Amino acid sequence: MILFEGVSKAFGSNQVLDGFSLEIPHGQTTVILGYSGSGKSVALKHIVGLLTPDEGRVVVDGSVVHELKRDELAELRRSIGYVFQFAALFDSMTVEENIRLGLARRDLSPAEIEERIVESLRLVELDDAGRLLPAELSGGMRKRVGIARAIALRPRYILYDEPTTGLDPVTAALIDHLMIRVRQESGATGVVVTHDMRSAYSVADRIAMLYDGAIRQAGSVEEIRATRDPVVRQFIEGRPNLPSATVSAPGPGVGP
Amino acid sequence: MQQLLAIRGTGLGGAIGRVGSAAIDCLRALADVRTWAPLIVAQMRRLGVDSVPIAIFIAVFTGIVLALLSSYTFTGAVPLYFVGSLVGKTIMMELGPVLTGMALAGRVGANIAAELGTMRVTEQVDALETLAYDTNAFLIVPRVLAGGIMFPIVTAFAVAVGVVSGWITAVNLLDLSTPEFFKGLRLFYQFKDVWFGLVKAGTFGLAVTLMGCLQGLRARGGAQGVGRAATRAVVLGCESILVLDAFWAIVLL
Ligand SMILES: Nc1ncnc2c1ncn2[C@@H]1O[C@H](COP(=O)(O)OP(=O)(O)O)[C@@H](O)[C@H]1O
Ligand SMILES: [Mg+2]
Repeated sequence: MILFEGVSKAFGSNQVLDGFSLEIPHGQTTVILGYSGSGKSVALKHIVGLLTPDEGRVVVDGSVVHELKRDELAELRRSIGYVFQFAALFDSMTVEENIRLGLARRDLSPAEIEERIVESLRLVELDDAGRLLPAELSGGMRKRVGIARAIALRPRYILYDEPTTGLDPVTAALIDHLMIRVRQESGATGVVVTHDMRSAYSVADRIAMLYDGAIRQAGSVEEIRATRDPVVRQFIEGRPNLPSATVSAPGPGVGP
Repeated sequence: MQQLLAIRGTGLGGAIGRVGSAAIDCLRALADVRTWAPLIVAQMRRLGVDSVPIAIFIAVFTGIVLALLSSYTFTGAVPLYFVGSLVGKTIMMELGPVLTGMALAGRVGANIAAELGTMRVTEQVDALETLAYDTNAFLIVPRVLAGGIMFPIVTAFAVAVGVVSGWITAVNLLDLSTPEFFKGLRLFYQFKDVWFGLVKAGTFGLAVTLMGCLQGLRARGGAQGVGRAATRAVVLGCESILVLDAFWAIVLL
């Protein structure tokens, strides 16, 4: 289980997270919604200790991430697969080498490593792309390699940072399908950060909305669909700004 | 508390503190041999071998100028074979290491900062860390060690070429014979001249590559941030060379 407990994080005067608390239960896929620049990536990076909270803490499987020692943090990272927003493939290495790099840090035999490379590439339907360089791939293919690199590790948690952003609808649906399959086949707990509602509805067990540095609302997909919170409603329905009276006082008699 | 940290993090003191703590992190990362050892040969080739042409180019012209300059300075008052002494000493102890170091600071420092800066802004550095790699052991140590090893080697080439270039100049453009040139070269020669220059070059190599790594990893933003990191790496690399140069002169001479 991943627990955010009152996490605050600022960069200079830019207060990005401000009392962010969220419980991410085991074995499910939790989607974190939020506007661009609201701090979704910042929140994810706290889970793997790439960022340290100014206040509060992130607890993964009972350990406080920012209190872990070097080796303990490395150990924790071995149990988490991270799919970066722009894939973050190592551009001097081929697709295979990208996947191998992560596997090389585990106690695996060379044969096992090669097997996992083939298997993970097959899962993302890029069987033949192993020898290509990242520069030779399309955006969608890169994201799939990023996913392959993460799942090859057979992690307990997979964090996806905007997996479908910037993709055409068909490729996006393919990635959604992939995330669902990974969850079914590996049972890994998923955290998906996105502002793509169609994707959110298709992969989520739970949805949480990040707004103004904190969780505005969290609940099951049905609960979020039926929400009365105006901020969340506006986001999930993708409406432009309404007159402020409508947003702050959604009662009978107000509205169009 | 936070304000205090912010103050400590700025200014010259902060900069030196950062470099110091980065150096300590690197020393710790040295223990992770399994990670850096396989990478070091490629870095040595990239940082060292590819830098030999520019080092030789500089050395040839330095040798010519030194020979002519010393004969011009002596103007008959000093025996001409002292040209050999001056060319030898200056190139071995000072100009060989410093000019080579400066050239490599531009080439190697900018190259490393641009590479690691791009990796930083495209989140490749974050990705490495999430794959449980230690950035120090995987990125910094192989580059810094390669710099420490290769700078002296490239400098040794440059010194040899510079002396030969001085000798050819002396024989062809000055009224000096080969035996006289080498008599002068041997006259005040001490083994210390050689190792002093090479030790200096080694520390220049460590400093230039470390600056390149640190500036690259601190890059923020996009292409502009990477460009700024590369410029800063070159400037700081050159500055460290000059400071170290004076330091070794004070300590060892
Ligand atoms: N390493 C950093 N240094 C400074 N500011 C940052 C850093 N990372 C993120 N930010 C800032 O934090 C805010 C949230 O960023 P991010 O989490 O990337 O948003 P998103 O929700 O789109 O993923 C942005 O204003 C961004 O500029
Ligand atoms: Mg983001």
